Amino acid sequence: MKVDHSLPLEYGTEQNRLNILGFWIFLGAEIALFGTLFASYFTLVDRTGSGPTGAEIFEITPVLIETILLLTSSFTIGLGIHAMRLGKAKAMITFFAITLLLGLGFLGVEIYDFIVYIHEGATLQTSGFTAILFLTLGTHGAHVTFGLFWGAFIILQVIKRGLTPETANKAFIFSLYWHFLDVVWIFIFSFVFLKGMM
Amino acid sequence: MDFFARFAVPNPGPTIYASMVAIALTMVAIFVGLTYYKKWGYLWREWLTTVDHKRIGIMYLISALLMLFRGGVDAIMMRAQTAVPENTLLGAQEYNEIFTTHGVVMIIFMAMAFIMALMNFAVPLQIGARDVAFPRLNALSFWLYFFGAMLFNISFVIGGSPDSGWSSYFPLAGTEYSESVGTNYYMLALQISGLGTLITGINFITTILKMRAPGMTLMKMPMFTWSALITNLIIVFAFPVLTVALLMGTMDRLFATNFFTTSNGGMDMLWANLFWVWGHPEVYILILPAFGIYSEIISTFSRRNLYGYKSMVISMVAISVLSFLVWVHHFFTMGQGALVNSIFSITTMAIAVPTGIKIFNWLFTLRKGKIVFTTPMLYSLGFIPIFTIGGVTGVMLGMASADYQYHNTMFLVAHFHLVIIPGVVFAMIAGLFYWWPKMFGFMLNERLGKWSFWFIAISVCVTFFPMFISGLDGQARRMYTYSESTGFGIWNLISFIGAIGLAIGFALIVYNIYYSIRYSTREIPADPWDARSLEWATHSPVPEYNFAIVPEVDSTEAFWDYKKKGYKLFKGKYEPIHMPNNSGVPFLMGLVFFVWGFAFVFGMWIFAVIASIGIAACLAHRSFEKDHGRYISVEEIEKTEKDLGGAKE
Amino acid sequence: MKIKWALLTLIFTIATVLTGCEPLLVLDPKGPQGRTTADVIMISIWTMAIVVVVVFALYIFIVRKYRASNQSEDYEPPHIEGSLKLEIVWTAIPVLIVAFLSVVTVVSTYKVEATPEGYNEEPLVIYASSSNWKWHFSYPEQNIETVNYLFIPTDRPIEFKLYSYGPISSFWIPQLGGQKYAMADMVNTLNLAADVPGEYSGRNANFTGEGFAQQTFNVKAMPQKEFDEWVKEINATAEPLTEDKFEELLKPGHLGQSTYTGTHLTFSPPPEGHHEKGDSGNEEVQPGSSKKEQDEEVDHSKMNH
Ligand code: HEM
Ligand SMILES: [Cu+2]
Ligand SMILES: [Cu+2]
Repeated sequence: MKVDHSLPLEYGTEQNRLNILGFWIFLGAEIALFGTLFASYFTLVDRTGSGPTGAEIFEITPVLIETILLLTSSFTIGLGIHAMRLGKAKAMITFFAITLLLGLGFLGVEIYDFIVYIHEGATLQTSGFTAILFLTLGTHGAHVTFGLFWGAFIILQVIKRGLTPETANKAFIFSLYWHFLDVVWIFIFSFVFLKGMM
Repeated sequence: MDFFARFAVPNPGPTIYASMVAIALTMVAIFVGLTYYKKWGYLWREWLTTVDHKRIGIMYLISALLMLFRGGVDAIMMRAQTAVPENTLLGAQEYNEIFTTHGVVMIIFMAMAFIMALMNFAVPLQIGARDVAFPRLNALSFWLYFFGAMLFNISFVIGGSPDSGWSSYFPLAGTEYSESVGTNYYMLALQISGLGTLITGINFITTILKMRAPGMTLMKMPMFTWSALITNLIIVFAFPVLTVALLMGTMDRLFATNFFTTSNGGMDMLWANLFWVWGHPEVYILILPAFGIYSEIISTFSRRNLYGYKSMVISMVAISVLSFLVWVHHFFTMGQGALVNSIFSITTMAIAVPTGIKIFNWLFTLRKGKIVFTTPMLYSLGFIPIFTIGGVTGVMLGMASADYQYHNTMFLVAHFHLVIIPGVVFAMIAGLFYWWPKMFGFMLNERLGKWSFWFIAISVCVTFFPMFISGLDGQARRMYTYSESTGFGIWNLISFIGAIGLAIGFALIVYNIYYSIRYSTREIPADPWDARSLEWATHSPVPEYNFAIVPEVDSTEAFWDYKKKGYKLFKGKYEPIHMPNNSGVPFLMGLVFFVWGFAFVFGMWIFAVIASIGIAACLAHRSFEKDHGRYISVEEIEKTEKDLGGAKE
Repeated sequence: MKIKWALLTLIFTIATVLTGCEPLLVLDPKGPQGRTTADVIMISIWTMAIVVVVVFALYIFIVRKYRASNQSEDYEPPHIEGSLKLEIVWTAIPVLIVAFLSVVTVVSTYKVEATPEGYNEEPLVIYASSSNWKWHFSYPEQNIETVNYLFIPTDRPIEFKLYSYGPISSFWIPQLGGQKYAMADMVNTLNLAADVPGEYSGRNANFTGEGFAQQTFNVKAMPQKEFDEWVKEINATAEPLTEDKFEELLKPGHLGQSTYTGTHLTFSPPPEGHHEKGDSGNEEVQPGSSKKEQDEEVDHSKMNH
């Protein structure tokens, strides 16, 4: 494996550079995916049938907590990558672990929120609106869940194998993924929740 | 017993029993054959676990041909049923299932697989690469496609086929009007193979952007590679839309949600919109690689460089952008009103402009050329006039007010077959004949090839031209029968005759393959067509590492320059070559996805959970796996090169 | 080369058939809307015929002239990058053609979407609803309802209100004009008119499952006076349409023709009606008129791209 030391570790090999570009393209597809979900959401948002509207079920507190948790986690993973660039594996692992814990917290609150919705009579089956609401939030939530496992695997690998071009590359790509989920959440927060509560 | 009752086909007929027997016999034959000839190990080592883009391409090719057969049988049955008025060969339900599976199989599992086959085989060679960017993912793409196709095809004998058309409009496709599991198969099989397609998209964009031979700037890429790049960009942005639509459809059917229902706020029109937001780009995903293939072949057999390279590229980019802006033309009649329809009419007709530019560029490539009528060239030349007719009728359909009359009629059916067959299918056959020697080291028989061309080209016209007339006479599409008084009989009879001709043409191709495998000479040069792009600069068949030395390029036709102007293509000496290892994981993962999809189709949640865990386990395995590939030593390369007929300069 | 001539012959045959002795339904219109679309179709066929002839002529000429067997052994085709001038020509001419057809399209689309002009009378409103696999026609003004057949007065605009009790169907009377979808969650409006008395065939053009092929209906156009007489007769002889009877009619299957007094609109109003009256509690209540959905669809296009 040829490693180019003039570049950051995660860009060090040809395969690493390919991986990163490939992942950016994957994020392009993810944008199309969430774009479709948002478009469908706006189409169905007023089609509540006999079920509740967004304004009737949304609550600001849990959503704010979720937002803060996820934004913070985006910050900590940034710190983690910074530590990685400095070659500080320990610090990096710590920041990654904090990130995942914050993600876990986010997921917990989101699940709690879902339960509240269901208790208020907004189940998956209630209306076109609730279906797309759960699908949009759920797709994002499923991404976060997937990310928790993925991130944990990466932490394990860094612990076992140290910072190699390979592990650094994986960690960097994971950070891109995590930031992306944060951006999607900001859209959800603004256009689903804030707009829905206004 | 109750558990198995769900797998029964709702209304079995002789066709279904016959297929059951045929499938069972084929499986037994394959199993016995492999065991008898002790080929299981070979199959596993050389094919099921391969990550080599060339072999993956060949596996796509075989699958595509199988699917062409399946879709073709469907087509013949449909044409036979409608050949005469009030025919009773097939019942309404059977007919509905058959035209649904015909459409899905042909577009998703035949045409897509065919372009994947040729892209996989040719693109890395054309850019002088050793493989694609992510060989392992490439294998996964194939196996997802393959098992998606298998899942779709077993619907015929287990549980019942989908029957609401390839466009599967809701609420017809919802549980209220489509009770059998057929549409579940549709949703899940397309989801699984669509995932594979999306992965290919990412893979090939990365490959083309990052792995070109030194000196090959974007504007020096062969046109087929260009078309592959643009196609894959469309894939990356269009397929997620299908993913979401299928997800919603699946949830409506399995979890009783209300995305597309007509009560509780569901919206049937959302499906139509999402389907065509994917669906129209999809037809361009099919046609653009075909355009690329024609560019290669026409230029090769006119013995000239491609005319208007730049405008070819620009027009493809324009087509790809426009392809996302026209989807409403598939339902002008949904009541959007005149304004929206006018806008989408104009964007639709606008696509004809870049398409026309391409036609003229091909014509001017032929001009001043020295045209050799080989089989691939015949198909390419046949494409131009027939596709022109398909294209101009597309423009006619694009005029909203007139489309109110063409929509849902045989006129529309004639249009899209006259673009897809000369456009896509001819290109696939042409590409098959063209690259066959590169794939297998011998050529397909030219005489039989030409016969097949004439059969197919004439039969396409005979089959589909009458549909313009019966469409204008009011024959709606998807009718399993019609009464004598309508007067549609004669046109449908002609059409049936054409369909028989098409079947003969395709049978000739299959016979040609058999004949050539047996009798064709293996003593052919690496560049039998006197072609122009890099894939012809290496041996036939191609060694696993493609090029012993990575070529260096300084024009669009470096290989031509190498042949004619003494340009030096291969500089430097042999070095160890890094290659990826084979892996059985993609195959296993495809298999697990098959089980996963099957479990969802029948709502067997325990299996679904187990399969989901299986998928997660494959992913986890991949994450932790340490696989740095292997090196091919210089001695090995030297030996291979010598065996293949002397080292390259 | 034979194939090209075969093609050309075929095109001419088609042209002959199109214009020839036995006219095709779509090209044999019996009302203003159908005439407009037939004209548009003929304009587009002739325009496209020019394109086809030019491309074919160029193609035949080039392929004949530059075939290898027509050239000397040592002819080396030249390397030509392209020509800006020619590129402009074959971009500009298609642009002009498309522009011309766009104008035709926009004008005619607005025309067929609107109430046909030149008639003194107010449009006759008929609610046409589909159910698997039938058509129900309600005449609110006349207070009658028919199944699978349609009587209309000539020389008077007809405003069809389309909706469905099942899958998306498409209401189509080829000789009177283009089709439009009938859907369960909204009402579409289709404007037609007949100038010539006579019998025409109509059908559902959009696939709706097993009984789709036979989902047809007959149309009889007659002078207003005759139409009024027919109405009077129905009102005197037909049975009333009860809710139970209508439920029975809706059951999937095929039915012959039948006639009733009263319409189902009173007890099973069309989807849009619900919405406008804001009468809630019914399963069919759908917010979202057609206008709104259009906006969303346009919105949606911006979202995605
Ligand atoms: C000049 C370019 C083209 C134009 C203007 C055009 C226009 C149209 C229009 C307006 C329709 C919808 C008609 C209707 O449903 O009433 C249509 C349908 C269709 N077109 Fe094209 N088209 C073009 C090229 C192509 C190409 C290149 C392909 C495929 C390779 C293609 C494949 C199809 C298919 C499959 C359908 C029918 C889908 C269905 O309803 O099942 N078209 N086209
Ligand atoms: Cu389209
Ligand atoms: Cu609707």
